[in-house]
Amino acid sequence: MKKGGETLNRPDNTAFTQQRLPAWQPMLSAGIVIPGFVVIGLAFIGVGVALFVTSQNIQTLERDYTGVDQSSEHNCFQCLDVKNCICALNFTLSKQFEGPVFFYYGLSNFFQNHRKYGVSRDDHQLFGDTFYFTSPDDTCSPYKYDSRNRPIVPCGSVANSMFNDTFSLYQLVGGQKKQVPFDGKGIAWWTDYNLKYKNPSKVNGSLANAFIGTVQPLNWPRPVYELDTSDPSNNGFLNQDFLVWMRRAALPDFRKLYRRITEGDYADGLPSGNYSLEINYNYPVRDFGGRKKVFFSNVSWMGGKNQFLGIAYLVIGSLCIIMSLVMLIAYAKYRFDDEDS
Amino acid sequence: MRWMDPMALLGRRWGRRRQEQDSTVRTLVSNLPYEDLKKKEQPNRQYKGNAVKTTKYTLWSFVPKNLYEQFHRVANIYFVGLAVLNFVPVVNAFQPEVALIPICVILALTAIKDGWEDFRRYQTDQKLNNLPCSVYSRREMGFMERRWKDMRVGDFVKVVSNETIPADILLLHTSDPNGVCLMETSNLDGETNLKQRKVVPGFPAPDSPFKPAGFKSTVVCEKPNNDLNHFSGYIEKPDKKKLGFGIDSLLLRGCTIRNTDEATGIVVYAGHETKSMLNNSGARNKRSKLERKLNSDVLYCVLLLFTLCLVGALGHTIWLESFSSVPPYLVPDSDGHFIPSTVAGFYMFFTMIILLQVLIPISLYVSIELVKMGQVFFISHDVDLYDQETDTRVQCQTLNITEDLGQIQYVFSDKTGTLTENKMVFRRCTIMATEYSHSENAARLAVLSETEATGDEVTLFQQRQKQPSLFAEEEEEEEKGSGEGRPEATRRSHGAKADVGSNQRSKVNAAGAHGDLAFSSPLETVVVPDSKLQQEVLEAERQWEEGPLNQGPHLAPTPGPHLAPTPGPHLAPTPGPEWSPHLDFLVALAICNTVLVSTATAQRQRVIKGRHNSCAPQTLGGRLRGLLKKMRSPRSMFKVFTGKQEPLADPFAADEEPPDILHTPDVCTTTPEGGSPKTQPEVTPHQAQRQRPEPGPASPDTVCYESQSPDEAALVHAARAYGFTLLERTPDRVTVRLPRGALLTYEVIDILTFDSTRKRMSVLVRHPRTREILLYTKGADSAVMELLGEPAGESVSQRELRKRVCSSTQRHLDMYARDGLRTLCFAKKVVSQKEYEDWSLVRQQAISAIENREELLMDTAVQLETSLTLIGATGIEDRLQENVPETIEALREAGMQVWVLTGDKPETAVNIAYSCKLLDHRDLVFTLNTDNKAVCRSTLECTLEEVRRYGPGRTAGALLRLSGARGPWAWAMTPPLA
Repeated sequence: MKKGGETLNRPDNTAFTQQRLPAWQPMLSAGIVIPGFVVIGLAFIGVGVALFVTSQNIQTLERDYTGVDQSSEHNCFQCLDVKNCICALNFTLSKQFEGPVFFYYGLSNFFQNHRKYGVSRDDHQLFGDTFYFTSPDDTCSPYKYDSRNRPIVPCGSVANSMFNDTFSLYQLVGGQKKQVPFDGKGIAWWTDYNLKYKNPSKVNGSLANAFIGTVQPLNWPRPVYELDTSDPSNNGFLNQDFLVWMRRAALPDFRKLYRRITEGDYADGLPSGNYSLEINYNYPVRDFGGRKKVFFSNVSWMGGKNQFLGIAYLVIGSLCIIMSLVMLIAYAKYRFDDEDS
Repeated sequence: MRWMDPMALLGRRWGRRRQEQDSTVRTLVSNLPYEDLKKKEQPNRQYKGNAVKTTKYTLWSFVPKNLYEQFHRVANIYFVGLAVLNFVPVVNAFQPEVALIPICVILALTAIKDGWEDFRRYQTDQKLNNLPCSVYSRREMGFMERRWKDMRVGDFVKVVSNETIPADILLLHTSDPNGVCLMETSNLDGETNLKQRKVVPGFPAPDSPFKPAGFKSTVVCEKPNNDLNHFSGYIEKPDKKKLGFGIDSLLLRGCTIRNTDEATGIVVYAGHETKSMLNNSGARNKRSKLERKLNSDVLYCVLLLFTLCLVGALGHTIWLESFSSVPPYLVPDSDGHFIPSTVAGFYMFFTMIILLQVLIPISLYVSIELVKMGQVFFISHDVDLYDQETDTRVQCQTLNITEDLGQIQYVFSDKTGTLTENKMVFRRCTIMATEYSHSENAARLAVLSETEATGDEVTLFQQRQKQPSLFAEEEEEEEKGSGEGRPEATRRSHGAKADVGSNQRSKVNAAGAHGDLAFSSPLETVVVPDSKLQQEVLEAERQWEEGPLNQGPHLAPTPGPHLAPTPGPHLAPTPGPEWSPHLDFLVALAICNTVLVSTATAQRQRVIKGRHNSCAPQTLGGRLRGLLKKMRSPRSMFKVFTGKQEPLADPFAADEEPPDILHTPDVCTTTPEGGSPKTQPEVTPHQAQRQRPEPGPASPDTVCYESQSPDEAALVHAARAYGFTLLERTPDRVTVRLPRGALLTYEVIDILTFDSTRKRMSVLVRHPRTREILLYTKGADSAVMELLGEPAGESVSQRELRKRVCSSTQRHLDMYARDGLRTLCFAKKVVSQKEYEDWSLVRQQAISAIENREELLMDTAVQLETSLTLIGATGIEDRLQENVPETIEALREAGMQVWVLTGDKPETAVNIAYSCKLLDHRDLVFTLNTDNKAVCRSTLECTLEEVRRYGPGRTAGALLRLSGARGPWAWAMTPPLA
């Protein structure tokens, strides 16, 4: 028979076509798996203990001031149906609250993650693009124009529903109210403040002039360029409270950072004693059965108080140890035949 | 997921029915008189041409048709639904444009795949349509090379040996003097046996050259249908004489002509109307197990999706209802109104469908398709699945079920030709109660296989040399992979064995490949005679020759053309005692068959002789033309003419392997001696150029046998080994040369052909010397043994002998079966003149019968085959294909249940099962024997019960004997039952 040209169809004998590419598969024998489980379990338990202890050391203070329930600590129930009402919440610290202390407000049953709510904003506006000041994006509707067909800036449901309670904290020292200074800087995300949001360029040296022809969101008492008139770097779209609100929460029960306590006598924390929190009560939550809360908390290397993470680590670690014990017993008892030889 | 449009189907069926109503038969005439006319005036224009088109699309219809087909898939409709939902403002969840991406990607991917598949089909069609064939042309007065697609119904086509038949052709002429043509149908039904086709009975004598131009008759046959086993019609000659024909005159498209130099016929069905194409009604859409499972799971996913969406919609409504006033985070619709909560819930249902669409794993279908394409790539690129001998890779015909390869549970296998090579080797025989073991032949076979083995080691070594890096890599990997050291060794040896296998095969084939004659490897043809038997035979022959009957002048080996049997002066009514059963047996081996003798020389001989006899007053020119034509037809012969090329230019020169009858030294060794020049009285210049002298009557060394079945070939070769050479076979006589050179020319009175009901065949011949009418019968032992009878007037000693022969032959047969040999019995009967005359009357009636012809013929055969005398039996080995035991063992190890179906004797079946490792010697073998369904069921249950009692761990093989009212026994073996 002819030899030449006979093997035209012969497949290439390469590692790829013949499926001989190098591969490695772990051999899961008892000698590897049991010690492996023990090591993993111990590591998890170690991490879990560290997390748990750290979390335990974080001090928190949480108060509900909705005013739906009667409470001796605050008188906010008065404000339920009153506009521009100020109520006070009194509390006592029995021991020093280590600094730096973070002060949060919290809402429950508020679905900032609602699908339609989430997209109801115009990022072009918020980036300072004045073209969209006159014709906001469709996603904002129906909070796009007011009843007289003037464009709303910032448009959309998210901005419109901005939280507008304000707080000030006083320490009661010998019957005197001593204000605890709040630090409102650096509470928003760096990227939001520096990249994502921008004020429109000033017109005639005034920010307000840039907003001529627009109206504020329907629920707002004042326009966006008057959010903080005292500090131009904290005004307009760059107002940190605004930024914090616009960064939507993922769950219906959320807390948002309101202020940090880092200055003056309170830089090291809140000393023990009596305090009074004055609340400018504006935001209605009764419609959707929501609650309003305030939190004081300090932080550690792992962030805020979160016991779940430590517990989760502990549980997984313990499971690993238990499984390794079970396997050890099974191995000792049944010792597989093929491993004898 | 694919369904046929019922309307389209209905329409197609209607259309066909209407066509059929027009006429129930197809009438066609030769195209030749109309050759130059336009297509409109062609008589056969309404019949389809031979071009085939299996593609689904054309370039223009691809996009719409493919889209239409794709939208028959539920999945795609689902996707489009999703995309549409996204364009509805109240329910949309994403950007509508984004939702278009998945459907576009899926449609595009599938379209590319379909297009590629269709393109491949197109390529195959093109290749097929452009194959060459030779069609008769009136203008050129000869066969011209055309392409398959140009062939039309009514054309005359010539097919030469080993060529594929291009269309369904009614056979009108073959190169064989008997008008017979052998055809291999393995492309159609996978059977490697050759099927015999005959020229339309009564059609002009085959010896005269066939002239298509003179064909003035009309062919009437049935409408195209897909029945491969039935065909009927008639040729109506100009003088209104009708010649009937059946399926045995039809050459089927796709089959291959074997062992016949050339065959010519008229195309009756072409292209898509051929039987093979009608059978090939498109690939059945098979679905893999995985896909079926996936489909049902997807259904659950749909249910789950709807439940989730319903829950979401209801929950949304309830949630909205729970608010006393509108919370700030609820966004009203664009005109500032809030829709009622129930309506919002209703919309939410559809929004949820969009949001949760990933629950339906449509992407899974796409990724499965892609993975399958990768799998097919790896399968077709596997070197282990590459056959070097034919230079073919494994081919994946269907993309749908590749993954089922790993889920096969049952393997049903044929025995002959699948497990075994279908190369029959004569192993032993028993004559008149004496067993001849043929140990020399067995030794030769053993040596043959041993040399194969040593040869392999060499090749293996070479291969290692060639690719050392690859081997090292493989071994390393295996060491790594196996972890423990133990299994490594066996595995490596496995891999090596596989390599050996492929080499071995190619080597054997290289050794055994000589040309294209089926069943003619040296393994099959060469038999070393048993010395004892040979001596006895020689002695018997000598005695016979010296007997008083044969003291005639014509005893010497007669050279020269063998003419009609010479009656001779002695008309002895009874056989002399000198004619021993041994001679009978060997003569039976040689003549009791339908083997055709073909030697290159013998064929030429016949032509010349034919002219001598029938057309003696022929002009020299005519003779020359006839000779030229003869020379032209088998290409190999033509090659002898080295000088004259142009006018007769070999149209097949482009063919890769010209069938090489003359140049097959192993089989047809032409001895240069013994040329008797008087056989070619007119020496033409062409003949003078001939390189070989013409031997006289075919010398024993030059014969080639063309047989339909390998068994017959094996027996004839065995007879030849003892000097009983079958020299010539024509419809009315058969010539056998005896070891000492005497030529016996039997007059063949009739051949009672083989059929599966009788399971035997017989030849009725007249002995040349004694003028006795002899019936030689060959058949399965059960079929012959029950017909043995008592000849009238036998003596006591004769009866004793007969009984002894009977019982010991049976014993030997059982022994053969245990050895796994195929057994055949030979019997003989002397038919008295009166009996013959009576019978031949009935026979004539049967032959001329029109209805139930087959049955009547069979009945007449049964009538004659009675009171036979047993001569002996043979054992033929059908060797296992290489690596069969290893393969079956591997299959069994993999947990697959292998069933083998065979028509052998149970002992043979069991033995083969052992030798191919289907049964292990530790296995329990149950034999279930029944022909009743209810009994079968109860025995099966009993056996299963018994198997269970042996408990797990023990395997058991079972032998099922199944039988119906008709048809052969079927044996099925399966391990393990438990």
